[in-house]
Amino acid sequence: MGSRSSHAAKIPDVDSIRRETGFSQASLLRLYHRFRALDRTGKGYLSRLDLQQIEALAVNPLGDRIIDSFFPDGSLRLDFPGFVRVLAHFRPVDEEEDGNRDPKEPEPLNSRMNKLRFAFQLYDLDRDGKISRHEMLQVLRLMVGVQVTEEQLESIADRTVQEADEDGDGAVSFLEFTKSLEKMNIEQKMSIRILK
Amino acid sequence: MEKGLSGLRGRDFELSDVFYFSKKGLEAIVEDEVTQRFSSEELVSWNLLTRTNVNFQYISPRLTMVWVLGVIVRYCVLLPLRLTLAFIGISLFVIGTTLVGQLPRSSLKNLLSEVVHLTCCRICVRALSGTIHYHNRQYRPQKGGICVANHTSPIDVLILTTDGCYTMVGQVHGGLMGIIQRAMVKACPHVWFERSEMKDRHLVIKRLKEHIAHKKELPILIFPEGTCINNTSVMMFKKGSFEIGGTIHPVAIKYNPQFGDAFWNSSKYNMVSYLLRVMTSWAIVCDVWYMPPMTREEGEDAVQFANRVKSAIAVQGGLTELPWDGGLKRAKVKDTFKEEQQKNYSKMIVGNGSLESELD
Repeated sequence: MGSRSSHAAKIPDVDSIRRETGFSQASLLRLYHRFRALDRTGKGYLSRLDLQQIEALAVNPLGDRIIDSFFPDGSLRLDFPGFVRVLAHFRPVDEEEDGNRDPKEPEPLNSRMNKLRFAFQLYDLDRDGKISRHEMLQVLRLMVGVQVTEEQLESIADRTVQEADEDGDGAVSFLEFTKSLEKMNIEQKMSIRILK
Repeated sequence: MEKGLSGLRGRDFELSDVFYFSKKGLEAIVEDEVTQRFSSEELVSWNLLTRTNVNFQYISPRLTMVWVLGVIVRYCVLLPLRLTLAFIGISLFVIGTTLVGQLPRSSLKNLLSEVVHLTCCRICVRALSGTIHYHNRQYRPQKGGICVANHTSPIDVLILTTDGCYTMVGQVHGGLMGIIQRAMVKACPHVWFERSEMKDRHLVIKRLKEHIAHKKELPILIFPEGTCINNTSVMMFKKGSFEIGGTIHPVAIKYNPQFGDAFWNSSKYNMVSYLLRVMTSWAIVCDVWYMPPMTREEGEDAVQFANRVKSAIAVQGGLTELPWDGGLKRAKVKDTFKEEQQKNYSKMIVGNGSLESELD
């Protein structure tokens, strides 16, 4: 009758994924269906092209960078655990869960630190742990396109690096990055609800 | 975008601006406006069809009993009746049009062809247990005009043809469809194209222009979206249909999803399994709104005209409007959309930055 099974048992390794990401059963199921829907040719994994065909993502100025974050280390295939792992960074922070957390366990993927780390690697292309002035310029250029002149963009990039740079090395390290965003409500700005 | 970025006007670039775009990007990955339009609409409450059972779980034995009863009724009672009706309808149609086709071109022939078309379409619609409400029948498409409607499934054609005859435009198919197409052409002049001809836009437009130039021919029926959408939204109308000229008669079609899902997901189901699904639903209930005719205004190009018509149809049918191209599930996106986002963002950070430097 062409029905879609509502059994989470269809997802391979569902328990370990649940523990790693903290997603609920229902959220995981929805994401699994989404993964299958995006995998238009039924390969069992996602390629860059599959993600690029999402129109709203293709017109996002940072679209390519975001897609890059799903394919770390030059890999070409994105399997379901990998897919969910990245999305887990955007899981809303559960206050209760935070209080009950066992300090010995590794930090959950959606902690403030990890959310910041995700944002940091959108800037830090060469993964050297610092956002250089050049990398800042590149991200700015992506976000403004051809609308802004080179000089204006350079002055904005210079100003931003100067404001955040504390040890004067001309680049923004991860610690400096987190410090400058101390007061920002990261948890709310980088959270997505999976279920409506 | 401004609200998302920080809610303050007069602000410069900040490190956190990247959050806005990355959140939007990831939201699109989780669910985007377009991909969801190519799968069936999710229902708020279950209508006892397994195919619409997405999030509902096992509730009680009583519900299962009711569902089993529903299955028996649908498959053992309704399906055979519907199949018989469909068979009668199609055979009558083919025979009828072939007979009428023998007559020489005359007004009698046109009259008879209309009678045959209408009768057989009505039988076929009954075969699907279709209940159609027509609104504003005074605006029914006139001869020499072009009828434009949103596309959900091949059944749209049946639904519109029960209330009046149209000239169909489309590709030549093989198999059963091909037989029906060839039969139709004998009785009244439809415009069928070979697959290769369809690629040549100018040829298509030329032939359609010739057709409406007569002013006495039946209105042409076109679905400008070019593909089946799931009836919750209207996507980009291809401008080709709006370049032909003539009067456009928009029509909005909205199906009621509670009784049965009419959307044809062509990548998931082929025609036969689709028809089977439709015939084992409860019914096809839909509303058809005829709208006042529209013509292209001075200084309006085809794209703007297409968007105007699209908005009118979306508003009438209670559908959301999307600027995306439904055919893009197979192609790449235009850069203009990206540029627009970049423009908006630049205006924010530079527009204010230059003001600041002036004050310095």
